[in-house]
Amino acid sequence: MAKKTYTGATLLTTLLERQGIRDLPGIPGGAILPFYDALHTSPIRHILARHEQGAGFIAHGMARVTGRAAACVATSGPGATNLLTAIADARLDSIPLVAITGQVPQSLIGTDAFQEVDTYGLSVPITKHNYLVRDVRDLLTVIPEAFTIAESGRPGPVLIDIPKDVQNAAIEIDDDELPAPGGCRPVPPAPDADIDALARMIASAQRPLIYLGGGIITSGASELAHELARRIAAPAVSTLNALGAIPAGSPHLMGMLGMHGTRATHTLLDECDLLLAIGARFDDRATGKADEFCPHAAIAHIDIDRAEFGKIKRPSLSIEADAADVLGRLLPRLQQNTSRAWLDRATALRDAHPLRHPPREAAPLHPVNLCRFLAETLPSDTIMTTDVGQHQMWVAQAYPFRAPRTLLTSGGLGTMGFGLPAAIGAAFAAPDRRIACVTGDGSLLMNIQELAVLADFNLPVAIIIFNNANLGLVRQQQELFYGRRYEASIFETTPDFAALARAFGIRGHSIAADSADPLAEIAGALALPGPCVINIPITSDEKVFPMVPPGAANRQSIEQATPAAA
Amino acid sequence: MTTTAISQAHILDLRVRNHPGVMSHVTGLFARRAFNLEAILCVPIAGGDESRMLLLVHGTPKLEQIERQLAKLHDVLSVRQRPDLPPDYFERLGGTEK
Repeated sequence: MAKKTYTGATLLTTLLERQGIRDLPGIPGGAILPFYDALHTSPIRHILARHEQGAGFIAHGMARVTGRAAACVATSGPGATNLLTAIADARLDSIPLVAITGQVPQSLIGTDAFQEVDTYGLSVPITKHNYLVRDVRDLLTVIPEAFTIAESGRPGPVLIDIPKDVQNAAIEIDDDELPAPGGCRPVPPAPDADIDALARMIASAQRPLIYLGGGIITSGASELAHELARRIAAPAVSTLNALGAIPAGSPHLMGMLGMHGTRATHTLLDECDLLLAIGARFDDRATGKADEFCPHAAIAHIDIDRAEFGKIKRPSLSIEADAADVLGRLLPRLQQNTSRAWLDRATALRDAHPLRHPPREAAPLHPVNLCRFLAETLPSDTIMTTDVGQHQMWVAQAYPFRAPRTLLTSGGLGTMGFGLPAAIGAAFAAPDRRIACVTGDGSLLMNIQELAVLADFNLPVAIIIFNNANLGLVRQQQELFYGRRYEASIFETTPDFAALARAFGIRGHSIAADSADPLAEIAGALALPGPCVINIPITSDEKVFPMVPPGAANRQSIEQATPAAA
Repeated sequence: MTTTAISQAHILDLRVRNHPGVMSHVTGLFARRAFNLEAILCVPIAGGDESRMLLLVHGTPKLEQIERQLAKLHDVLSVRQRPDLPPDYFERLGGTEK
């Protein structure tokens, strides 16, 4: 077979094409220019972000919607450091991401060359794995391996740093030397004995509670988890990143647990005698004070990452496997539970402790009312992204997510600035869907430059700002725990976001606080096609309740503001 | 090092891929997860394709967690405990007497 000459750069585009990469967000720069030159003749569509962090989170949006690894690209030095936040975010939320960075030529590495930074060293603690490619031939193994690592087991980010001379180096290879694409490798099935043991634990439990983690969505086990809840007549509580696994409105879903969970979820965790933790990692925002988390329960922990067993809580039974594998084989071993007592108890608790909020007629722009209104107004298959802060928690509490992968949010790292670029990525990954980004006035400004990308591609993304002219969740903590000393949480000025949108060439709407019918105005704005920004004023002293004080046990949750709070 | 401290020490034996960077993955893990790493010895094996790392660690409650996190590193091929090595193994190598 005739050999074909590649450069490192053309080999990289060829390998990315073979990985199925169609859209590639990034920003060019000196050390990655050979690769960009190769992109010129590649079918890969490059999406020119306006900041590398935006490129990273656009890739997040794609990966979080599809479950497949998405790639992003940046140059050396500041390009690479700007990507780091998105990479760290992917690590904490277990998102498959392949980040490609240019590096100065190997002859200059270590000389403090222009735009040289130790990208490999910087990315060690925030990647699942990383590479510095020292020889063009290594690309043949590194690229497919990177995708395999990103997607297999517990997904995560992989960084590939490629010096400019490696991109320029020529290599002659046969087409049959091109490697098979990398991808998700199945993990070994759980032993039958473990599934039997789990079935016995469930059969002997009086009050089992299902603790849904993001791994259920990663594993595609949402339906199975719902069926498990039905089969054993159990209530379920969800982490932020598992919202949508069991649809809102299911008689089994009791809501989100943890810092902003309801009293019902705290009480159920205190009362349960078996906690079925599935694809969950006992994050401190979920558990509160870990020593006092589900104190009377045996724990059965199902996770694909065995390092999670005993990291925070010691399980009675741990099963290292894919959640869908475990649940699919568990269900046939379980009898239908006909006793409704425990589920009735859970339902009564849930009904007794709803979210507190004024009626819509009295306060249409109360955040909880707004979230519910948005759910009625947007198409039911809308993909929602959020930023980080109060608005994120209101969406988590009040927006009824009905399907997996309809909420994209920065759960573990809590990155303000996530929402807009993630929404853009979602729009590329799901071109026929409506995308909504609920954000705050603080968060949006952290990556607002990506409005330019929204304008470039005219994507169907609605950006809905809950604008309180504050860093709201900081302000809330200062109000509740720092004697109302609002240091650096109140903005002196806020931009006219609608005008800002128009400056980018996007439709902008400003809802007046005294509007006669603000909800009709919002609905009107959402009914029009194309991207838009809708600025909605909300009152600055509105708080997210309930709230567990940081470090406290969940049962010590604060239910509502008291004038004496200090 | 006191006798008590020695008795709480564990020696972990890692087989790793030998390339620049694997040491920072291993030591970085200890720093990031707040595990104690008291001593480290690394020698090439298998004709230089792999290395053997011996790690002296304290903190029994976290030992299992340390082993599991190490095992997740892509370049770490195996992790095992070495109770057969004497507790003062590293001290002797270091030659800190005199």
